[in-house]
Amino acid sequence: MNTTLAFNSFQEKLDKDFNIEPKDVMPDDYRKHLIRQISQHAHSEVIGMQPEGNWISRAPSLRAKQILLAKIQDEGGHGLYLYSACETLGISRDELIEQLHEGKAKYSNIFNYPSLSWADIGAIGWLVDGAAIVNQVSLQRTSFGPYARAMVRICKEESFHQRQGYEIMATMMSGTKVQREMAQDAMNRWWWPSLMMFGPHDSDSPHSGKAFEWKIKLKSNDELRQKFIDKTVQQAEVIGLTIPDDQLKWNEDKQGYDHGEINWDEFKRVINGNGPCNKQRLDHHKKYHADGAWVREAAAAYAETNSKF
Amino acid sequence: MTNQEALYIYLLRLGDNALLNGHRLAEWCSRGPFLEEDLAMTNIALDNIGRAQAFLKYAAAIHGKGKTEDDLAYKRSEREFYNHLITELPIGDFAYTVAKQLIISCFDVLVFTDLSNSKDETIAGIAAKALKESRYHFVHARDWSYRLGKGTEESHRRYQHAIQDLWMYTGELFEMNEVENILLQEGISNNLQEVKSNWINLIMPILQESSIRIPTVDYMQTGSCKGIHTENLGHILSEMQYLQRAYPDAKW
Amino acid sequence: MDTQLALWEVFIQKKSGGDHTHCGSVHASDSAMALQNARDIYTRRNEGSSIWVIPSQFVTASKAEEADMLFDPADDKIYRHPTFYVMPEGAKQI
Repeated sequence: MNTTLAFNSFQEKLDKDFNIEPKDVMPDDYRKHLIRQISQHAHSEVIGMQPEGNWISRAPSLRAKQILLAKIQDEGGHGLYLYSACETLGISRDELIEQLHEGKAKYSNIFNYPSLSWADIGAIGWLVDGAAIVNQVSLQRTSFGPYARAMVRICKEESFHQRQGYEIMATMMSGTKVQREMAQDAMNRWWWPSLMMFGPHDSDSPHSGKAFEWKIKLKSNDELRQKFIDKTVQQAEVIGLTIPDDQLKWNEDKQGYDHGEINWDEFKRVINGNGPCNKQRLDHHKKYHADGAWVREAAAAYAETNSKF
Repeated sequence: MTNQEALYIYLLRLGDNALLNGHRLAEWCSRGPFLEEDLAMTNIALDNIGRAQAFLKYAAAIHGKGKTEDDLAYKRSEREFYNHLITELPIGDFAYTVAKQLIISCFDVLVFTDLSNSKDETIAGIAAKALKESRYHFVHARDWSYRLGKGTEESHRRYQHAIQDLWMYTGELFEMNEVENILLQEGISNNLQEVKSNWINLIMPILQESSIRIPTVDYMQTGSCKGIHTENLGHILSEMQYLQRAYPDAKW
Repeated sequence: MDTQLALWEVFIQKKSGGDHTHCGSVHASDSAMALQNARDIYTRRNEGSSIWVIPSQFVTASKAEEADMLFDPADDKIYRHPTFYVMPEGAKQI
């Protein structure tokens, strides 16, 4: 039997569908690509705590308050798993945060939109987490071991997020007229940004080529977007929500929905910093990071003088 | 005051303490000094809100007339809340929160140790669970107390300041009025005067080990057992109860 | 110089008696904090009955390029496995 664990090259390991691990020799560009992608993913989880955090103090029941708090805590935890995965590539969390603050690292565009009503909490869970999970499920088989393992854990935990969002929407749609209007309004505002989460069309996605070769990315932006639309339209119909796209229609041939064109000008504008909340989100992160500096210093100083491993 | 009335007020007090403490702690979400601590704060907040739900649910059952725990949390006004003043104070900086949590968790550990032997089985059950949680909250606060007290000059200054500011809110933790006296007789509640000396024995060595001067104050704040609060509570409730009040017909 | 505190590797034992399995890392300034952070982050859904934390700097890992030297020699030592041996017909397994 030959169960050899040694591979002649990075490429051979990749070709045989083995995970690449942190200590493996890997092309510099592979490492750079991963750091960019994993850190962007981590920052998204952490910045994503803000729009939902906006409603913790106003959650309308004790049950809702606990669920929302637990969910946002999960997002923080997922950010942490991802920072951990990224750190195995030889970059520290300090550096990652610095890149975020300097605008060198991005986070998901979706969190640059404001959460304006309680229904937005439903829409974020249902649509935003619903879109994220489609992407994350496919990443469970990504080629870099620590990233894949973080994804497995995240997918397991995220499964309740989408459901709780949908539950909020369903409850509101079976509620009063005002509640139904709130829910539809949230749907109208979050639908298109959710579709943008999957990134540009395959035809003009600048980073995709290498990511496929390296098996970091396994499904294309358009494939994943299609999957999300197909499963979400049905859920919307069941509770009586209208998808804000008059070109949306079932295509029998492809067994999926055709949809109207995404406003890519808006997408680019928001990515380049001009969304409703870009500055607010980043300023919030910077402020509390700076406010915490003395706490981190105190903990480090205490450990030094009372050194106990 | 009947025993039932006393029990109702007492449960509101236990529930409101946990609710306000949890509500305040949740403000740390996305604001922690680093990610790990952000999640730790959220855990403590969740324990408290879960505890509030349990006590208020029991209070609602005692009250009857189809009331729920959410009615009690979301439809009472300021003067009908009985939480200790310290729980509603702002989170302040991290040192202020650690000081608050040390004071509260020392108290909670002692109270729930007693209440887990309450003759009221429902209270004993909730208290047994709360005790496990509070022991963890205590350890978390204690360890941070050492780190801040002996960390840097700045952390020591901030922490000393926080303990100084909060000390005048510790007096009312141990106040006993008609409610407590009735229930003490029944073996349902505990003797807060005894808790007081145990509390001092628990917290003093920690503050000393943290190089913190024990404050002396001329006056202890009071009022919450009569529903008289700081100005903070009104603002908290106007936010917390906003949806329930703005849309009274809606179910969430 | 800002700090996110030291890195610790976290090992969780799911059930008493089982292995401690590596599940990720946390930042913390001391061992007590590392344990608490690991608890708050990796056992939120009842995943643990025991936790180990170890400063990442003390973990020494084998090198991937030495995997052939380290592990391949064990490949042909088939006499270490019970199936290598012939049992006389009719003999019962112990």
